[in-house]
Amino acid sequence: MVLSQLHKGDTAEIVKLKADKILRDRFASFGILPGEQVVIHECSLAKQTIEVEVGRSTIALRKEEADKIEVEAT
Amino acid sequence: MKKIMIALAGQPNVGKSSLVNAISDAHLKVGNFSGVTVDKTEVEFVYHDPKRDADYEIHIIDLPGAYSLTDYTIEEKVTKQFLRNDDYDIIVNVVDATNLQRNLLLTTQLMETGRKMIVVLNMMDEAQKEGIEIDAEQLARILGVPVIKASAAQGEGIDALKSAMVEVYEKPQTTAKVIYSDVIEEEITRIVAFLEEKHYRSPIPYRQLAVRLLQEDTDWYKRMHDEPIWIEILPILREGLQHIYLHSETKDLDAIFADEHFAFAKGAKMEVMALHSMRAQNPTQKIDKLLINKFLGIPLFLFFMWALFQLTFTIGAVPMDWIDAGFGWLGEQAHAVLGDGILGQVVADGIIAGVGAVVMFLPNILILFLGIALLETTGYMARVAFLLDGFFHKFGLHGKSFIPLVTGFGCTVPAYMAARTLKNERERLITLFILGFMSCGARLPIYVLFAGAFFGQDQAGNILFLIYISGALLGLVMAKMLKTFVFKGEEEPFVMEMPKYRWPSWRLIWHTVYGQALSYLKKAGTFILAASILVWFASNYPKSDTIASTYAAKIEHASTPEQKQRLQNERTSAQLEQSYLGRIGKATEPFFAPLGFDWRMSVALEAGLTAKEVVVSTLGVLYAQGDSADEQNGGLIAALRSNISLPAAIAFIVFVMIYLPCFAASAVFTREAGGWKYLVYLFFFTTGTAWVMALLAYHITRVIVGG
Ligand SMILES: Nc1nc2c(ncn2[C@@H]2O[C@H](COP(=O)(O)OP(=O)(O)OP(=O)(O)O)[C@@H](O)[C@H]2O)c(=O)[nH]1
Ligand SMILES: [Mg+2]
Repeated sequence: MVLSQLHKGDTAEIVKLKADKILRDRFASFGILPGEQVVIHECSLAKQTIEVEVGRSTIALRKEEADKIEVEAT
Repeated sequence: MKKIMIALAGQPNVGKSSLVNAISDAHLKVGNFSGVTVDKTEVEFVYHDPKRDADYEIHIIDLPGAYSLTDYTIEEKVTKQFLRNDDYDIIVNVVDATNLQRNLLLTTQLMETGRKMIVVLNMMDEAQKEGIEIDAEQLARILGVPVIKASAAQGEGIDALKSAMVEVYEKPQTTAKVIYSDVIEEEITRIVAFLEEKHYRSPIPYRQLAVRLLQEDTDWYKRMHDEPIWIEILPILREGLQHIYLHSETKDLDAIFADEHFAFAKGAKMEVMALHSMRAQNPTQKIDKLLINKFLGIPLFLFFMWALFQLTFTIGAVPMDWIDAGFGWLGEQAHAVLGDGILGQVVADGIIAGVGAVVMFLPNILILFLGIALLETTGYMARVAFLLDGFFHKFGLHGKSFIPLVTGFGCTVPAYMAARTLKNERERLITLFILGFMSCGARLPIYVLFAGAFFGQDQAGNILFLIYISGALLGLVMAKMLKTFVFKGEEEPFVMEMPKYRWPSWRLIWHTVYGQALSYLKKAGTFILAASILVWFASNYPKSDTIASTYAAKIEHASTPEQKQRLQNERTSAQLEQSYLGRIGKATEPFFAPLGFDWRMSVALEAGLTAKEVVVSTLGVLYAQGDSADEQNGGLIAALRSNISLPAAIAFIVFVMIYLPCFAASAVFTREAGGWKYLVYLFFFTTGTAWVMALLAYHITRVIVGG
């Protein structure tokens, strides 16, 4: 499952990042890394943009980016 | 006096600039979103160290925030390059105490530079509120560098930081070291032992050099490549790397070291941080439930904008009337004291009319800036970027473009700079090109003037809102066109941090607004004043003797006072039209004629290329030499109403909305876009669009009102 398939309020664990190096670095520096927990705060209409909580940060992602984050619901 | 150079580094929005403001008496720009500081800024002050009883000249370089030391955005490049190549003594790494783990990630990267370092745990006040306790001493032991707890907002830990700077400066290099996993540590030890055996002369500590080599750092490979030791060290390295690969899933060294950094940061955090209260009610999440709500988010944002423009107009109108009356009185006094000669005219009809017309709008400007300051400091800005991203995306823009675009409502100059937070060059160029469509604060006076003159008091606020919104929408459409036809290509991923909501510091807001007021008045007192005098002279000279004598004769023979008045007005108009300014206006009138503008409006627009306030001051001067007596009493607003038709007024507003921003902004645009050719494109792009849109506006309004 990927992050963009989750719904508002869901919690999941990050399993794998399928992004290229640049984006993976960016994810890493935001604390988006395998093993971390994510909580979905809000999705915009049509699920274009998603707000998630990782670690102690709140981060907004687009669907395209969320597609590249593999998660396992917890 | 000894000079200490400090490089201030840290992730975005951790309070670096706030810290500089707290340490020195600087007023760096502070805002609650990532990417406030986009260029390095140096601040210096003298510190008297009580322990050593000596003075130090401390220079702090506030660097743009960087999530990591990669070249992701332009401003991160600035930071990385500075840290790598520039001369400085100490890195002060500011860390957000409420987000330790993620911040320590950058700390580990900074430690690998091998410079002297101090870690500042900022936002301790917030950490306390959130029940986070950090053992600073333990952290200092783990990192091998001094760790200081501070709160830039409350001025805590500032003295401790200052004396730590001196301490660290005076002491020899301490051993900051990142601890890696056993496999890597083993290889480091092996390489270090070899270097020791060879007594290799290294400019950096062996351990660090070993890490660089294991990371396959290009610079160091290049540097060591020509040295005899290279052939000997190569097999050791090769074997070491093989060993490391054996223990990890990938052969990507960047990924391997990223994991190492992460493990180190996480380990350090676990050891020093305790969370006391269970994540007590976080107000941010509660507020977000409402403000970024799927359905309510965007309507609420539009409502806030609408309310801001309503306030701008209605509250601004009150002092505006007083200021207007004040300047009117001043003008009369000037005429009374200085007489009706040249001096009296220059002062009353040139300076006072021109400067007064601009100063009159000070209250409006301040309210607008107050609104922008609130948006920037509360944390709402990033939310709006989130809300609008989906929408922006459709038009080829990035959600983050919202930040420069909003800055553009204040002033286009810093907005061009703010676009640096966009990583993708094309998206950045598109943003630069459409930034001018976001009407800056200096255009506000023109809108307020025209909205007030042509739409009643109760409608003016709505009209303002409409002007700004339609400017922004037009910008979006243009972005789409640019994206489709000119700047095609890949898009930047959207990953953006949402800061916590924070109460704005009123001192900060006061400073921003006060600073804006001061600079506006300063501009009015210098640039606008000079421009007004210039416009006055250019509109009064040369004087034509033929016109003077013909009318003198006619007026002599006039039978009724009305006829006399009419002739006098005709004379003024005739004189104006053959003045220098009149000639310029007449020459360019054909270009503007299809839009319904007379030569005065044309001249005002041309003068507005220098600065948009000049449009109003020019209109002020040109219409102060008004055509009839009753207009003189009604001021500029009445003069406009009786001289300009509604369709022409609307076309004028539209033209102002779109055409080229001022000189200063054009210069910054050229620099940020990267060449003069872009300014030429921008000139034709904006002027062309402005002309076409104004033409449409003119004809559509004519059809509607039948003018
Ligand atoms: N509560 C609290 N807020 C702080 C503190 N220090 C800074 N802030 C707030 O944090 C936000 C960010 O501050 P800045 O100084 O602009 O941060 P920066 O690190 O310079 O950010 P960039 O320039 O974007 O990298 C602002 O809203 C500050 O008011 C602090 O010690 N306590
Ligand atoms: Mg800053």
